[in-house]
Amino acid sequence: MVDMSVNIAGVTLKNPVTVASGCFAFGREYNEFYPISELGAVSSKGLTYQKRLGNDAPRITETPMGLLNSVGLQNPGIEDFVKYELPFMKEVGATVIANIAGKTVSEFAKMAEILDETEVDMIELNVSCPNVASGGMAFGVSCDAVSEITSLVRKSTKKPVIVKLSPNVTSVADIARAAESAGADCISLINTLLGMRININTRRPILKNNTGGLSGPAVFPVAVRMVRDVYKAVKLPIIGMGGITTAEDAVEMMIAGATAVSVGSANLADPYAAYSIVNELAEYFEKNNLKPSDITGSLIEY
Amino acid sequence: MDKFVDIAPIVEIRELRDGLFLLSFESESIAKNAKCGQFVHIKCSEALFLRRPISIYNVEGAVVTVIFEVRGKGTKALSEMSAGTLLNVLGPLGIGYSLSEYSGKKVWLIGGGIGIFPLYMAAREYKGNSKVILGFKSRAFVAADKDFAFTGAETHVVTDDGSYGSKGFVTDKFKELLEGDKPDAVFACGPMAMLKGVYEICKENGIDCEVSLEERMGCGLGACLCCVTPVKVADTTENLTVCKHGPVFKGKEVF
Ligand SMILES: Cc1cc2nc3c(=O)[nH]c(=O)nc-3n(C[C@H](O)[C@H](O)[C@H](O)COP(=O)(O)OP(=O)(O)OC[C@H]3O[C@@H](n4cnc5c(N)ncnc54)[C@H](O)[C@@H]3O)c2cc1C
Ligand SMILES: Cc1cc2nc3c(=O)[nH]c(=O)nc-3n(C[C@H](O)[C@H](O)[C@H](O)COP(=O)(O)O)c2cc1C
Ligand code: FES
Repeated sequence: MVDMSVNIAGVTLKNPVTVASGCFAFGREYNEFYPISELGAVSSKGLTYQKRLGNDAPRITETPMGLLNSVGLQNPGIEDFVKYELPFMKEVGATVIANIAGKTVSEFAKMAEILDETEVDMIELNVSCPNVASGGMAFGVSCDAVSEITSLVRKSTKKPVIVKLSPNVTSVADIARAAESAGADCISLINTLLGMRININTRRPILKNNTGGLSGPAVFPVAVRMVRDVYKAVKLPIIGMGGITTAEDAVEMMIAGATAVSVGSANLADPYAAYSIVNELAEYFEKNNLKPSDITGSLIEY
Repeated sequence: MDKFVDIAPIVEIRELRDGLFLLSFESESIAKNAKCGQFVHIKCSEALFLRRPISIYNVEGAVVTVIFEVRGKGTKALSEMSAGTLLNVLGPLGIGYSLSEYSGKKVWLIGGGIGIFPLYMAAREYKGNSKVILGFKSRAFVAADKDFAFTGAETHVVTDDGSYGSKGFVTDKFKELLEGDKPDAVFACGPMAMLKGVYEICKENGIDCEVSLEERMGCGLGACLCCVTPVKVADTTENLTVCKHGPVFKGKEVF
């Protein structure tokens, strides 16, 4: 098979296809369908310092070619992740990205310190969750907050640090630059777009949280554009995500500037989605006699 | 592995009454593993992103049958399919009723509206040893009652307006039947208010109660955490997934 490996901040991914935080839990469910070690990397469910129950249901609704979710970072907390979930992920051979979401700036640092001692391969700072009352997206829309969190985490760990950006901003390039100068090793984007659906009979929002985050094929063009904006603004490798459902989408995202891609919502529609993309991408590279680095950022703009 | 994505040919689809459809598809892997109370997650249309969860009504050889009501775009698209069409089905999913745990014991089955369908395989299993109470809004909504009766289970039908069977709610009939008899357990499925009512009666009478819940779903596998419901675990409450930890829960854990 072709060599599809890519390098992100010193970590080798066996291929550029990762799975996105919150759409794959800790991999147990999908490992029943295929070996998750076949993926480039697995990003964990968003972790908080303390266990979180998340928001009340309904937490999901379909939208034209996509979905809105308002899960609200339900997770067992960082300690339980390290004790019970990470050992499983490592045992089955997955490359692990720990996605963390501090309620405060110092919580990010505390979690990074805990993870520094573990077998986690990379740490992803989720400064872009639209479904929590404190922290989350409020951090990700401010250059100062992103800069402060990134530099504090940078001091707390030797692990590669990925900063995951929100699309709910005026200039994603500015935020990416702030992360780069604060010491980030990689940028991932996009998190979900803040949205809402209403039941016209009851005039009530469909989601109990009122608003939710939009993802799936509907957001793909927005994600491609933002990856291109960030590619032009910073020198860091990019993990591009948002609406990827096919190998063609992955290639498009890479041409826009992504070194690797991440598959999120597509896993909800088809349990084999990410695995199929790995296989189809291998065919693409083989057939065209290309390697991933040949296409990353190869966009020819007008 | 006990769950599969199958491309299953539809062997039969027909309208049972206005807006209510029976659909059978052939899938050896799903049929072999399906248990009463589990569901399948169906891709209803290429134009829709998410699958739709539908309970398994019956399994006969390699043929799996579901019965569904047209509610919105997904179930509408599903109702327009025809025999021979290949259906993308994920399943069987979730944890069903504790059928074998109560084998040889007396289990009553109580269902309301489109919630009656996941109970059919239990009626087939327990036959004359069980009693079935089915509740509907009115005569026009009655479905599958003959199938339940045909299993040999003593089948009672109630309607809100008395236009078919006896008048009243399933809880009224349940209380009435309790005057002369008492089951070891009740398996229930239907609207939340009905489930709560059934559970309260079970609690008063020291009867085990299992209820099947519904929640909007994403993955159907327990990975996206979109379908949670609060469940009492030990002395705290956890948000457990309806798709993986349920859809069937013990009544005392959810009420
Ligand atoms: C475990 C389980 C078993 C079910 N079994 C049956 C059955 O045997 N027969 C039957 O007729 N119906 C059943 N349902 C309900 C059925 O899933 C919904 O009616 C269907 O999803 C509606 O989809 P739609 O596109 O037609 O409607 P829309 O309202 O257009 O759907 C929009 C979104 O809401 C979701 N949704 C809407 N109502 C429900 C609901 N009540 N439960 C879950 N998701 C919902 C859909 O999945 C979709 O994501 C079951 C639901 C669950 C959770
Ligand atoms: C149900 C659900 C839960 C999510 N949870 C998280 C999370 O915990 N942390 C995070 O950084 N992103 C989370 N996301 C965002 C995804 O990781 C991803 O950035 C986004 O959905 C866009 O990609 P997609 O269109 O491929 O899904 C979640 C998305 C969905 C749909
Ligand atoms: S639908 Fe994804 S966890 Fe239940």
